[in-house]
Amino acid sequence: MSALLEVKGVTKKFGGLTAVNDVSFEVNDREILSVIGPNGAGKSTLFKLISSFLRTTSGEVLFKSERISDLAPHVVARKGVVRTFQETTIFKSMSVRDNVIVSHHLRSQANLAGYFLGTHTAVADEKEFGRSADEIVEFLGLGDIRDEIASNLPQGHLRALGIAIGLATNPTVLLLDEPFAGMNRDETMHTVELVRGVRDRGVTVLLVEHDMDAVMEISDRIVVINFGDKIAEGTPEEIQANEKVIEAYLGSEDDEIGM
Amino acid sequence: MFQRNQIIGVAVFLLTVFIVVPWLIHVSGRWDFYYTLTSVALLSIASGGVWLTFYIGRINIGQGAYALAGGYVSAVLVVKYGVSFWLTIPLAGLFCAFLSVLIGLPILRLRGVYFAMITLVLTEVARLTALALPITNGAKGISSIPLPGEISIFGLTLIPDFSTIENVKLAFYYLATILMVASFAGLYRLVNSRIGHLCRSLQQNEELASSIGVNISYLRIIAYAISSFLGGISGAIFVAISRSIYPASFPVKDSVDFMLNCFLGGLGYVFGPMLGTFMIYFGWDVLFTTGKYQLLIYSAILIMLIVTLPNGILSLPIFHKRGAGK
Repeated sequence: MSALLEVKGVTKKFGGLTAVNDVSFEVNDREILSVIGPNGAGKSTLFKLISSFLRTTSGEVLFKSERISDLAPHVVARKGVVRTFQETTIFKSMSVRDNVIVSHHLRSQANLAGYFLGTHTAVADEKEFGRSADEIVEFLGLGDIRDEIASNLPQGHLRALGIAIGLATNPTVLLLDEPFAGMNRDETMHTVELVRGVRDRGVTVLLVEHDMDAVMEISDRIVVINFGDKIAEGTPEEIQANEKVIEAYLGSEDDEIGM
Repeated sequence: MFQRNQIIGVAVFLLTVFIVVPWLIHVSGRWDFYYTLTSVALLSIASGGVWLTFYIGRINIGQGAYALAGGYVSAVLVVKYGVSFWLTIPLAGLFCAFLSVLIGLPILRLRGVYFAMITLVLTEVARLTALALPITNGAKGISSIPLPGEISIFGLTLIPDFSTIENVKLAFYYLATILMVASFAGLYRLVNSRIGHLCRSLQQNEELASSIGVNISYLRIIAYAISSFLGGISGAIFVAISRSIYPASFPVKDSVDFMLNCFLGGLGYVFGPMLGTFMIYFGWDVLFTTGKYQLLIYSAILIMLIVTLPNGILSLPIFHKRGAGK
């Protein structure tokens, strides 16, 4: 039995710069796996490669033993690998609830003409999306502000909304790009609980993160990359004891400290 | 499903367009208003199309190209191949939709000002193409186009031959306004269905739309094809009214006007382009009395309106007390 998601020797070059160099790892079903590394290590590039927003230079990503690299992003999403964004990327002028409703797109049974004509399937879809959106909104603690326009939300709620958008697509693997960035400790711990809740719904979570406390708290396993290379992989305890990781983060004296 | 005041609004609008206006014109004897109002109806159909491309986040200044193409398709089919005018209306629309898929595939990848610039060029390309092709008869264009013939099913006349109608202006007025009502009803339904919701997601963030599984290039093409379809049918009817078409029938200024109509009415409202077209067309005519200052006053008012009402006339609060959008 192979892993749910396999990253096999993935390399990405931008001109002369190698952003991701021959990185391989596997993600198991219902696991929370974090990818960490100092600034500019290539974490976000790796994420874009997995979700196919970027084409790989070499190597491949397999989902359920099927190649998903170099497909269009919406096709990868349709297969069940869905990405949320580093920036608080949401549909700004829609209400919270509408953001989540529109993100149910992958669950559509009707086609565009069906929605235009208001067929039975289309009406049933809309009803189901509304119900499901309410459930997700409630689950992520956004119930009280469901009719608020998204651009008016504070940071913490935006992050939760980003996760809600991801959940609405009914993903098998959800890629969260820095879900804890810019949060204080209380907000971080609250979001950690949300991410655990997402996993408990049966979703495999892959996340890129800077916040070490949160990563150590939440992850089943951690992959560390530095300058595009994978330098370590293991449980939080193993990573904390790993020499190479400590060196990468603390470095020699004149290096910029990554955390 | 609809609020009561929405239904009343629609009923009042339909009553005004189909009964009150023709009656007023009959009483006052101002027959020239038929031509003006027919033009407004047709221009607002084309503007409605432009509005839909705005709705997916693209600035479209190229609708004139499709209006011209639609006009020529109808003229050529009627004059050279003897096809019934009525059949050429959908054919012109479909031809333009097909053309827009071919053109849209490469250019819809562009965003913002780059897409706008390419579409601005399209109108000029259409004019030069019409000038160069043998079938469009170059600069001489196509003239003496016969009036629309009759439609009958099993000997029952549904629409009489226009050349036998006493009041052709009224007939064209009804044709244009019925099509306008149908087009905007379609647009309204589109925007208020899930498709509209998806279009808004595209307008606000294409990357995120793509990551939630929306096939963004497909949706963009569909919206652009519908837009061009509307441009094509309005062009076809214009040609039937003026009974001629030339390469300069739809200049770049028309394309810019289609866009302005949307801005003025309000990009957030389906009925914005209809109101915008009406205001711009009549505003310009009313200012005619100011002689040489016409353009100056017209431009000044437009600038003021866009500065003070960036979301269009329909964003004024009075429109929202009585059911939005109408």
